Amino acid sequence: MLFYGTRLSSPLMLGTAQYPSPEILAAAVREAEAGVITVSLRREAAGQRAGQAFWSLIRELGVPVLPNTAGCHTVKEAVTTAHMAREVFETDWIKLEVIGESDTLQPDVFGLVEAARILSSEGFRVFPYTTEDLVVAERLLAAGCEVLMPWGAPIGSGKGLNNVFGLRALRAHFPGTPLVVDAGIGLPSHAAQALELGYDAVLINTAVAKAGNPVAMARAFRLAVEAGNLAYGADPMEARDMAAPSTPLLGRPMLG
Amino acid sequence: MKAETTVLVRGAGVTGLVTAVTLAERGARVTLAESGSRVGSGASWMAGGMLAPWCEAESAPPEVTEHSTGSLSWWSRHVPDVVSNGSLVLAPPRDTAEISRFGRRTSHFKEIGSEEIATLEPDLAGRFSRALFFREEGHLDPRKALPALSERLISLGGRLLTDQAGVPAQSTFDRIVDCTGLRARENLTTLRGVRGEMILLRCRDVTLHRPVRLLHPRIPIYIVPRAHHLFMVGATMVESEHAGPMTLRSMSELLNAAWVLHPGFAEAEIVEMGTGLRPSYPDNMPLVTQDKQTVFVNGVYRHGYLLSPWLAEQVADIICG
Repeated sequence: MLFYGTRLSSPLMLGTAQYPSPEILAAAVREAEAGVITVSLRREAAGQRAGQAFWSLIRELGVPVLPNTAGCHTVKEAVTTAHMAREVFETDWIKLEVIGESDTLQPDVFGLVEAARILSSEGFRVFPYTTEDLVVAERLLAAGCEVLMPWGAPIGSGKGLNNVFGLRALRAHFPGTPLVVDAGIGLPSHAAQALELGYDAVLINTAVAKAGNPVAMARAFRLAVEAGNLAYGADPMEARDMAAPSTPLLGRPMLG
Repeated sequence: MKAETTVLVRGAGVTGLVTAVTLAERGARVTLAESGSRVGSGASWMAGGMLAPWCEAESAPPEVTEHSTGSLSWWSRHVPDVVSNGSLVLAPPRDTAEISRFGRRTSHFKEIGSEEIATLEPDLAGRFSRALFFREEGHLDPRKALPALSERLISLGGRLLTDQAGVPAQSTFDRIVDCTGLRARENLTTLRGVRGEMILLRCRDVTLHRPVRLLHPRIPIYIVPRAHHLFMVGATMVESEHAGPMTLRSMSELLNAAWVLHPGFAEAEIVEMGTGLRPSYPDNMPLVTQDKQTVFVNGVYRHGYLLSPWLAEQVADIICG
């Protein structure tokens, strides 16, 4: 699947916040063999180029950068942050977050659609952080998005895929749109599950950054997305209620 | 070492002061030169002053703990008013999972319940059901400790020159020790600044006896009690070198944490808001390096008070043999 015309080298997108040090972050990105890294742009850092030292470290990792608008609560903030991100990272990719509720950090889908429309019309390639709602997804595509990033669970909660039915429905409705599970993934098994559902990528930050050993966890996620991807491509068996013996019982000699 | 090895230490932050005093104790003739108007005019002044080798293991590599277990005793021997009451780690009821995580990453603590919390900190009685108590930790007030260290330097025969006034030429010294933090960037190119923001509150309605860390998955915050009803609330960690005033977002997070710890903080006066840039290397660990006659001590990140005594010993070993 192409993300705005680009094939990612891996379905693992890795966030760059909250690591114990930039050095551990760099080692985790290498071990994860991440296809994309996301960077959040605090506006007070961006305004005066004060984050330059950290951003250089990010750029030196040599992985495509997807800046995000984390922490923005309004359309205007998100649009301004996107403009700064484009300047700092020289990319028109933007992961769009418009937060609607500060406890669950769940997206304000109305503001999201509005910001997506504005940014798409300005030539941005928008990666919207959304819920698994089908109608919102339709609106985002109509607003110009060509990628969708539904949540698995609230950001940083580590609860995995809370609404598997909803995520599966989204996949079925939008077979041609790249879909990424963003937020809520706590374990490699969650990431594998997303890939097994046919999702094109997963975005992980806290689960790696806050692990006791971020580098080992990065490797675990790399192996998990590889397993999930292979499994989806291999056309998994259907689950069923009855046992299905792998050897026919009929005609087997009765022993003992 | 010859009787009078002369050393110029540049930078009177925590690293420079501890290094200068250590060198003077080892027999060197020390001149400490500060470009600002007083000691601690950089990030050291904004620090919490927690001497918490075991708590720090939550996010720092094991070397930080390993090289800082002696720091509480070092400071107690060198400056007055170092408090050895331990430290307390708490979480709001819905974030108690964070306590388990913190406990798994750290050691030298006792897990305690509401009764023991009430015994240690009567004002927190009934507010928290679970905490980790790090008995062997302590804290100090940087704004008392740094001036006290400079007095000690002078009593050991050292000199302190502020505003760079009257600093003799470098060539007149046997060795130079550069402890200038981010100012040393020209020579130490991998240094970066990590922004931190803090607030000083005055509150007569709440009494605490030790630093309290309030865990939260996004914004872990600590509150350190000081004399005269003052409390230091810190500190943010932002990958930014903007040294300008605190943002409303950071202020809300810090103040909210204080309020969550005890509603009595709602009536506190906001005495000061400060920002500082922590000099840091990419692995957030400090380094002692040498370039000809100059020894650089830098990159103490958020561990200046913890690691300076260990770093100063390294410098003294190089210079005094």
